[in-house]
Amino acid sequence: MTVGLMVTCINDALFPDTGKAVVTLLRRLGVDVAFPSAQTCCGQPMVNTGYLDEAVPLLRNHLDAFAGYEAIVAPSGSCAGSVRHQHRIVAERSGDPGLVHAVEAAPPVHELSEYLVDVLGVTDVGAYFPHRVTYHPTCHSLRMLGVGDRPLSLLRAVRGIRLEELPGADECCGFGGTFAMKNAETSIAMGNDKARHVRSTGAEVLVAGDNSCLMHVGGLLSRQRSGVRVMHLAEVLAQTEPVVHSVTSAGSAPTREPAVGSGAPTEGGPR
Amino acid sequence: MTATFVGMPAFPTAAKAALADTQLRRNLAHATGTIRTKRAGVVGEVDDWEELRLAGAAIKDRVLRHLPYYLEQLETSLQAAGATVHWARDAAEANAIVVGIAQQHDAREIVKVKSMATAEIGLNEACEAAGIDAWETDLAELIVQLGDDLPSHILVPAVHRNRAEIREIFLREMGTAGRAAPEGLTDEPAELAAAARAHLREKFLRAKVAVSGANFAVAETGTLTVVESEGNGRMCLTLPEVLVSVVGIEKILPTWDDLEVFLQLLPRSSTGERMNPYTSTWSGVTPGDGPQEVHVVLLDNGRTNVLADEVGRQALRCIRCSACLNVCPVYERTGGHAYGSVYPGPIGAILTPMLRGVGHDKQTDSLPYASSLCGACFEVCPVRIDIPEVLVHLRAEVVDAHKAAPGLPSVQDMAMKAASWTLSSSGRIGAAEKVSGLGGRLINKLGGHAAPGGAPMLGALPGPAAAWAGSRDVPVPAEESFRAWWERTDGGRAETGDGPGVNGHGTNGVGDR
Repeated sequence: MTVGLMVTCINDALFPDTGKAVVTLLRRLGVDVAFPSAQTCCGQPMVNTGYLDEAVPLLRNHLDAFAGYEAIVAPSGSCAGSVRHQHRIVAERSGDPGLVHAVEAAPPVHELSEYLVDVLGVTDVGAYFPHRVTYHPTCHSLRMLGVGDRPLSLLRAVRGIRLEELPGADECCGFGGTFAMKNAETSIAMGNDKARHVRSTGAEVLVAGDNSCLMHVGGLLSRQRSGVRVMHLAEVLAQTEPVVHSVTSAGSAPTREPAVGSGAPTEGGPR
Repeated sequence: MTATFVGMPAFPTAAKAALADTQLRRNLAHATGTIRTKRAGVVGEVDDWEELRLAGAAIKDRVLRHLPYYLEQLETSLQAAGATVHWARDAAEANAIVVGIAQQHDAREIVKVKSMATAEIGLNEACEAAGIDAWETDLAELIVQLGDDLPSHILVPAVHRNRAEIREIFLREMGTAGRAAPEGLTDEPAELAAAARAHLREKFLRAKVAVSGANFAVAETGTLTVVESEGNGRMCLTLPEVLVSVVGIEKILPTWDDLEVFLQLLPRSSTGERMNPYTSTWSGVTPGDGPQEVHVVLLDNGRTNVLADEVGRQALRCIRCSACLNVCPVYERTGGHAYGSVYPGPIGAILTPMLRGVGHDKQTDSLPYASSLCGACFEVCPVRIDIPEVLVHLRAEVVDAHKAAPGLPSVQDMAMKAASWTLSSSGRIGAAEKVSGLGGRLINKLGGHAAPGGAPMLGALPGPAAAWAGSRDVPVPAEESFRAWWERTDGGRAETGDGPGVNGHGTNGVGDR
């Protein structure tokens, strides 16, 4: 079974390491993962700003790019939610019955934790991450998709991890797409409260399933010189224990997986 | 009363002022946090809460589908019970009806029990213009009125005030409006309540005409219902000779039995109580008991516009519980005044633009954008109004209204068109990423401070990005996009070393296990 990786436009341009982590993780779990290179953006920025007509070309592009895959996996609750809940609205408004039909016939979209837990049936993905971590459930994962505690059950199974509970976890961080620009002051006030809660946990790393939210909170934590790093859930789950002398399949180079204990999260990408 | 929502600035500007008021933010965070916790507790006790929500939504939807039928039924039942029914298309008609009734009775003052509908139509101002004093008798409304202020919350209109401020207002203003506050009044809640009680009691006993709203209007029996916490409403409803109720046409429930659902949903969602202290119901006139002349003004004032909006009509299910305000992270930080409307918070952000219509003024058009679309409002709504869905729908209406208007397209229009063009082709997005990746490489070499952990981050930025970078560091675009990496390495299969941007996810170890 080949799944189409919907890497999302923000990850593609700003956080490519998240996409690479998904590839690593899924292959490790035996999944045949492909990146349909015609993909661009799901259209959520347009839809949420009120430009539904402008989202139509993006919608068509998305449908073409992923046609023929059995399923789509996205490392983003927000973008998966957009495909699942907004594409139909855009298609119906376009007045094109063919587009509505194409949306209905499109492969199912899974947010990463949904795919791992519901489709693959795993919570222990063999990850190793010996750090103090706190988890922020992003609003669209939590409420639009209802991923529940799937990400937390995945994190709990990570070896070496120390999970800290985040106060006010289910409160919005204030990113909200164009909200962060249109209502910048309110967005920052919300984000600062989130950052304060993160710092209160004493965690070294803030983990979430959406890099857009992490970009916002991470930007505040960075400006505050807090020392707290942000990482996508996929990047944590992709980390494995350094292999000392295991014999791997013939012909492959000696395992060069990084010694995560020596600060792998610092290499988590350009945040 | 001179306070008015007319001419308020657009939401982002109004919010900025509120955000700078640290006292306001503390008051709000404390109040909403307290109510939120109480609500969650009592809702958690109800096993069939989700079924109740579904029932509440279904009953309201049935009313909206057959609104003309139920309105006529209500009119007939009310008339049979001895009430006089009036129909008001808009605020001016409704105000004229109420003022006319007061004038027929030579009333120079009226007492009111909390009614958002009369705040919506500006009844107090209309009364003032006619030489009639309209007194609010709900404690929080009294504080707002005496302070020449505006309500900022549906349930607790004076939520933005703390008790020290309330004491100040009582000492300064009560004497000018009637019985003065006692000397030596402290800011103890019990003392403040006692001062309000003495002040209001004088008015209840003197007023000949009372004006109320209604939480529910039962079509089958012609029963109006008011739920409240203080009992002041019951004073208004029983003591004066004449009672006028201003009722939005969406307040109907088909049958008395339907109250069962809503009297469970409303108090728990609103005050976090299992049941509110006072529930009053009345049907027309009872000879020798209570008001002997009862009027009901059925108010449209934009509600049929909302009904005509297929996506937005669900907002008419609203029972004004304010649960959405108490969980809204935007409301919690900006307060209700920033919404420039008698209906603040998430429900106001959808109801107000629909009642007023979009495309006419900036303040109204800013409201659908006053949300991060986090969805907490939908989650708590006792009648399942999908507020985020309606917000997005209204944003499209705002955009469409501006596109249809004569003149040049806005910067935002052009940006969205350009983004749509770039993002609808993988070739074009790839080209754009190469440029940004080059920028990223330059920034990494030339500037940008290292954020904790060594990830590159940018500080202050010019232009539109300044709104972002005022307080947040900005990620530097990746030197190599995922797309370019995938092509270069055949999806990681051809990767031999740590190329640019391949940062320790062990991508070269893919397939090793």
